[in-house]
Amino acid sequence: MAEQKTVTFIITRQDGPDSAPYEETFEVPYRTNMNVISGLMEIRKNPVNAKGEKTTPVQWDMNCLEEVCGACSMVINGTPRQSCAALVDELETPIRLAPMATFPVVRDLIVDRERMFDALKQVKAWIPIDGTHDLGPGPRMPEKKRQWAYELSKCMTCGVCLEACPNVNDKSDFIGPAAISQARLFNSHPTGDMNKSERLEGLMEDGGVSGCGNSQNCVQVCPKGIPLTTSIAAMNRATNIQAFKNFFGSDNAH
Amino acid sequence: MADQQREFFYRRLHSLLGVVPIGLFLTQHLFVNHFAVYGEESFNKAAGFMAELPFVILLEIFVIYLPILYHAVLGVYIAFTAKNNTSRFSYFRNWMFRLQRITGIITLIFIVWHVWETRVQVGLGNAEVEYSLMENILTNPFMFWFYLVGIISAVFHFANGLWSFLVSWGITQSPKSQKVATYAVVLVFLVVSYLGVRTLIQFAYGV
Repeated sequence: MAEQKTVTFIITRQDGPDSAPYEETFEVPYRTNMNVISGLMEIRKNPVNAKGEKTTPVQWDMNCLEEVCGACSMVINGTPRQSCAALVDELETPIRLAPMATFPVVRDLIVDRERMFDALKQVKAWIPIDGTHDLGPGPRMPEKKRQWAYELSKCMTCGVCLEACPNVNDKSDFIGPAAISQARLFNSHPTGDMNKSERLEGLMEDGGVSGCGNSQNCVQVCPKGIPLTTSIAAMNRATNIQAFKNFFGSDNAH
Repeated sequence: MADQQREFFYRRLHSLLGVVPIGLFLTQHLFVNHFAVYGEESFNKAAGFMAELPFVILLEIFVIYLPILYHAVLGVYIAFTAKNNTSRFSYFRNWMFRLQRITGIITLIFIVWHVWETRVQVGLGNAEVEYSLMENILTNPFMFWFYLVGIISAVFHFANGLWSFLVSWGITQSPKSQKVATYAVVLVFLVVSYLGVRTLIQFAYGV
């Protein structure tokens, strides 16, 4: 029988939120069409590192396994992306895995993306439709608008754009591109439009849209190809107009 | 304005002041100085006209000093809150982002020295606004290169800042318009740099 081919993984590990990171190398048996997650599953099955020492299984986060949930994002060979969509055959070896540095590490490759959900709350990225009685159907949405808004709705809060953004770091409270684009998505919805100003006010709060420095890394790295920089420019325009309305007064400032 | 929206206001003001009045002043300054190329007398006449504008000290304070001071203080803060990552993400715009911060710092150092050496000395009565003042400074090769780097940094910072201004104010929204704006500001960079560098060569080498 031919010798079993292996794939080398060099993983940046961390035992807990406050412990120091370290690197550990693993030799994983190769299978055709394997992705990074199936490699990690092999390590979990047999947690022995390249030196033959028994170790703890590497922890990572995952959910859908089809690049729509955003949970399995990590830095793979220097690039932040989803590990489910990262095919081993298409990667340079050794494969280096590290947690996304923008977020606090929970353990190994698991990071806490809570700041992204806080950002969605800041910009009220939802449409309030609950009431005490049936409000009936909302206004219709033009098909053409629906088509471009659908592109924005592909955001899975995966954190890759925040990882690439030089202005999202521990010295700044910038919320990052994802939430800015979500505010645009909900403002473009005919029912969401009724609460437009609330989202714009959120974007004008500290850490909001003005934190963008136009490095435009986000639009380059977004796994869903969302036009994030167009969204940011659109929200720049909308918040400026809102600010003028607020200051000078307008019947349409609501 | 709500308290938690101060940052938004400060950043928008920063963006606006960078173009109006600072960018306009920079262009005007290099434009008027270019009179040096037509001879000493021509420069002295033009510089003299600027120096004798009515209420010149008020113009200087409100059009030049205060806007630059504000832009510089907030700008240094912005530059040092960024975590540059061009080694991981070497895209064109990411490099422009980084260069915008580097040239901002260089420009600040240059302006402090330049104002000390010219306007402050004139104010103290140690110098006169005339051709020979700049000629004496720039015939020193070190100062020539210092001015060259300073002026090119300032013009780069203005041209690239103009591009960001167009985005920050929501004027260029589509990728296409942003691309056209890139070409336009490259042209601004080349033209305004030429004005500045040509004048430096005149002062330094008399040609």
